[in-house]
Amino acid sequence: MATNLKLAYWPGCVSRGFTPELHGSMALVADRLGIELVELDRANCCGAGVIAEHNQELADTLNARTFALAQQTGLPMMNICSTCQGAQSECQQRLDANSAYRAHINEILAEEGLKYEKGKPGFSNKNFLWVLVEDYGLDRLREQVKRPLTGLRIGPFYGCYIVRPRHRLGYEDHPDRDLYLEKVIEALGGTVVEYDGARKCCGFPVVTMNRETSLRQAGTHVGDAIDAGADALVTPCPLCHLNLDMQQPEAAKIVGRDLGLPILHLPQLVGLALGFEPRELGMPKHIASTEPVEQRLAAAVPA
Amino acid sequence: MAEYTLRVRRQKPEADDRGPAGPYWEDFEVELDPTLSVLDGLLQAKDRQDGSLGVRCSCRAAICGSCGVKINGQSTLACLTQIGEAQERANRLAEKTETAAEGAGNGNQPIVVEPMGNMPVIKDLVTDMESTHWKKIRRVTPWLIDDGNPPERERIVPPETMVDITQTIACIQCGACVSSCLSMEADPEFIGPAALAKAYRFVGDPRDVDTEARLHDLAQDPHGIYDCTHCFSCVDACPKGVAPMDQIMRLRRLAGHDHDIDDRNNGRRHETAFVKIIEKKGTLDESLLLQESYAQGIKGKLKPSKGAIKGLLGSLPTAIRGIRTGKMRSLPKLIPGIHPKLPGDAQDHVKRIYKHAEEHREELNLYISGVEDDPEPSDVVQLTEGGSEVAGASAETTNQNAEERRDS
Repeated sequence: MATNLKLAYWPGCVSRGFTPELHGSMALVADRLGIELVELDRANCCGAGVIAEHNQELADTLNARTFALAQQTGLPMMNICSTCQGAQSECQQRLDANSAYRAHINEILAEEGLKYEKGKPGFSNKNFLWVLVEDYGLDRLREQVKRPLTGLRIGPFYGCYIVRPRHRLGYEDHPDRDLYLEKVIEALGGTVVEYDGARKCCGFPVVTMNRETSLRQAGTHVGDAIDAGADALVTPCPLCHLNLDMQQPEAAKIVGRDLGLPILHLPQLVGLALGFEPRELGMPKHIASTEPVEQRLAAAVPA
Repeated sequence: MAEYTLRVRRQKPEADDRGPAGPYWEDFEVELDPTLSVLDGLLQAKDRQDGSLGVRCSCRAAICGSCGVKINGQSTLACLTQIGEAQERANRLAEKTETAAEGAGNGNQPIVVEPMGNMPVIKDLVTDMESTHWKKIRRVTPWLIDDGNPPERERIVPPETMVDITQTIACIQCGACVSSCLSMEADPEFIGPAALAKAYRFVGDPRDVDTEARLHDLAQDPHGIYDCTHCFSCVDACPKGVAPMDQIMRLRRLAGHDHDIDDRNNGRRHETAFVKIIEKKGTLDESLLLQESYAQGIKGKLKPSKGAIKGLLGSLPTAIRGIRTGKMRSLPKLIPGIHPKLPGDAQDHVKRIYKHAEEHREELNLYISGVEDDPEPSDVVQLTEGGSEVAGASAETTNQNAEERRDS
């Protein structure tokens, strides 16, 4: 039996905002998997790339603060949002590249008694997807499965920020990070659906600036997944979930076709396989009904 | 020497005795050293098997920018991709799950080579770059607009004012970023990564006198700087480290912050609303962000623009659906602005960070500064004493590391 994981946990803003079902299902799943989460309740928004386009130093300092809060706990840090992963990794890359810049930023953090240390032993910042594969382990995950997702056809949807740019996101050491969703789907007993949009953009960042471009991207990927025979998509990014699920009826209008594809958060997919009920995982809160998933699972399990 | 299969997406412009016009796949078996390039493999296939295979190339050394293609789905230069590495990636993609690996069988998988995306194909791997590359490059006025008074000799500028644009000057016009652009895929009118990087090359040039007009143009265009979705595809595709998306973000910083351009795309409004919310609340108040992105402040609400009314009304059905399923059924989500701030004194510290960062506004371009070697010099980090000295020294102490540039 491997030792239990204990992690400093940054849930991000959207998991407590418009996708509350993500925050709830993560808590249930972590508990069942034996992962102890120490929530960083004083930490701040990662800036989602938007603060960096306003003032780079501001974004870097805000994320340095979150890292410093995590480092205070002495634990590795986990996030549940591709966008947090990408925005934070970008800032961490700059902070780690230059000691004078780091010192400049630490100067203001010191007022709160905080300090971000480069390469501090034991510190890392990983999305739940990476934790699941690299630290928890797929074999161990397989052992925990109570209700294999047999017959469920699932398309992966990664979110840009967790797959690009490769040099910043640790792909030199972990070249398969953009294949992990496929591995997790299979470990849970599901069937991977190949379709064009798995590593493309959901369009969310420009939804208030160019609604049509934004929703055309979401609608196209959802439509492609339906055409490929998917019962659902799974994503480690709540911002992708907003465009793929919450905006799905609007996206359907833009691409001029019926959609209606359930979009699951990664912890929800894991949770279903661990035996939780859809209601416990907040699935009725979704805009695109998740009933097709429930029916498919009910059909697979002998009564 | 090793054997490889190149699976090439070919396209016949006209029907001939071998079949109708249109796209088709063809496999070529080639034999070469794994350290040689995919381009070497293609040229061997053309030389030994089918002289009609269309591929554009010239320098074979990542200088001319002619051989842009997609290899295993990734836009890049054929001459810069080692065939051994392309093989490893092809195998990993084919064997991503145990089921897939069983289906793929033993041995090497085909390396998939396709023409660049977002462009019409002329023949096989040769694309027409006119409509989505060259035309857009010309669209951004890609030349220096000076003050009209030619100097007797050259215009002298301090080197440090030019160093930032050397990153965009490194562009070789290969089109790999355009090929990979996911915004352009959805909106072909998007000016796009190559042309916007080129635009920054002149916006950032201290000799150019049209900075303000250029920024206005790029910010107001509905397919301009605010059409980029931050997908990082161009950053990964660029063989020269130009990172076009980073240049687009620089243009946004300049337009929205430095030049205060209130664009009609809600770009600046969205950005300033986001930044202000985090200053006040620490985490995102999404309802307030939505409201302020369209109709900012009291003035925006008393005299909302047509776009604001359309935007707010457009988001109503989504909000109603969210309330119905319970997603948005809580007061902070229904009433913009009552979202809780961070606990204890945490919010005050965030505000102090804002003050500090707005005062200094340092920008670190790793392409220019390079990456410091480990280990961390402990004498530099002095939190309590001499903090301001350390801050002031940051620009000088950055490590010029030319080797790191191409990778960063």
